[in-house]
Amino acid sequence: MTSYALFLGCTIPARQPHYELAARKALTKLGIELVDIEGATCCAPPPLQSIDLETSLAIAAYNICLAEEADLNILTLCTGCFESLTIANHLLKEKPELREKINRILSNAGKEFRGTKEVRHYLQVLMNDIGVDRLKQSIVKPLNNLKVAAFSGCHLLRPSELLRFDDPERPRIFDTLIEALGAKSIPYKNKLRCCGGLLRGYADDVALAIARDKIVNAYNARADCISTLCPFCFLTLDLGQMLIKTTYKEEYNMPIIHYAELLSLSLGVEPKELALDFHKIKIDKVLEKIG
Amino acid sequence: MAGEKPLDFAREITNRLGGETITRCYQCGTCASTCPVARTTERYNPRQIIRLALLGQRDEVLKGDSIWLCASCYNCQERCPQKVEIADVIYALRNIAIREGNIPAIYTEFAAGLMSEGRLAPISKFLEKKRADYGLPPLKPTGMEAVKKILAATGFDKVMFKKEGASQ
Repeated sequence: MTSYALFLGCTIPARQPHYELAARKALTKLGIELVDIEGATCCAPPPLQSIDLETSLAIAAYNICLAEEADLNILTLCTGCFESLTIANHLLKEKPELREKINRILSNAGKEFRGTKEVRHYLQVLMNDIGVDRLKQSIVKPLNNLKVAAFSGCHLLRPSELLRFDDPERPRIFDTLIEALGAKSIPYKNKLRCCGGLLRGYADDVALAIARDKIVNAYNARADCISTLCPFCFLTLDLGQMLIKTTYKEEYNMPIIHYAELLSLSLGVEPKELALDFHKIKIDKVLEKIG
Repeated sequence: MAGEKPLDFAREITNRLGGETITRCYQCGTCASTCPVARTTERYNPRQIIRLALLGQRDEVLKGDSIWLCASCYNCQERCPQKVEIADVIYALRNIAIREGNIPAIYTEFAAGLMSEGRLAPISKFLEKKRADYGLPPLKPTGMEAVKKILAATGFDKVMFKKEGASQ
């Protein structure tokens, strides 16, 4: 059994237990042990990087130190956490001067970044530790050619120089994992473009216009749902449709479903075991189609 | 700033974490053409921000609304032929602006969340109950003692206690 330190971040436990629940059920079923680490904090994502990059690196490094102490690699669900922690991990492993500077800060908290562990997104765990073949063999309820608009979110792919997840212009990993469940990953316009989520709270109108584009493009491609990996993308597109309804007087009813939920369903987890009431846009049509 | 040479601001930016690559820019506009925000609103144009910064227009860059409209999607950075780390340059500019008291309200909230709970999104009693109902394990406490020491060491806490400014 492969074990990982589960890094939940802030948004998933506080706002999206449906993501956490589905991820825990699916990964456990596939033989991955998830260890909850004491002391973990916010990963220091873009909002904190905007305030102070050095502090953000130190906070990210502090979290990696906890995994180093537990002698475990980190598994992230949230794309934002994946980005913050991966960037810090690679920069500090590869830039000795920066590492020294951050370690001087960390020494105040009794920590030292040693650079002994890896940060993994759970898609990498599925791809590399489990493998597509074994994943396919584990599927008990194929998703019946469900037409899925894959939306990985920006911070799984970019900046590719530091994240090193997939080809940033023609990524395949997420689509491959969707199709492994028996669904179809359909092409749609501007698939890799941002959801606008990080502008919420500063420029809500701009954020909503960008989110609307995403919904419209998936809708025009006749997607049954948009599948997400990031809690911010989920919130922006799911709750966003309520705001689109009031602001633009348009209704799309496009289900937004975390990949972990699709994975759980295909592994035979019953819908009632998942916290589906956390979806603003109901996903009944998708459940019907899966059968 | 009166009497300041244009290059002083460029030097100030390149000396900051994230800002190192700004002077590589040759103004081709690939960033603006690939930017989802620039396509949506005229309030934001990354090429223009870099131009203004390199011309030493310090106040216009730091006190304006524009630097806060980057969605951090990294499209520009990914495609920049000069390898200007544009999204990181924007972070560096925001870092300077915030140190000078130009702090949009939402960032004060983020900072407060980190300083009080170690999380940007606090856990409510409702969610704690929901988590238990669904059989999710109780959340482990955040390492607040360590966070506070880190924030004190970097001066983050002092920066955020400055007077709030005009950016929004």
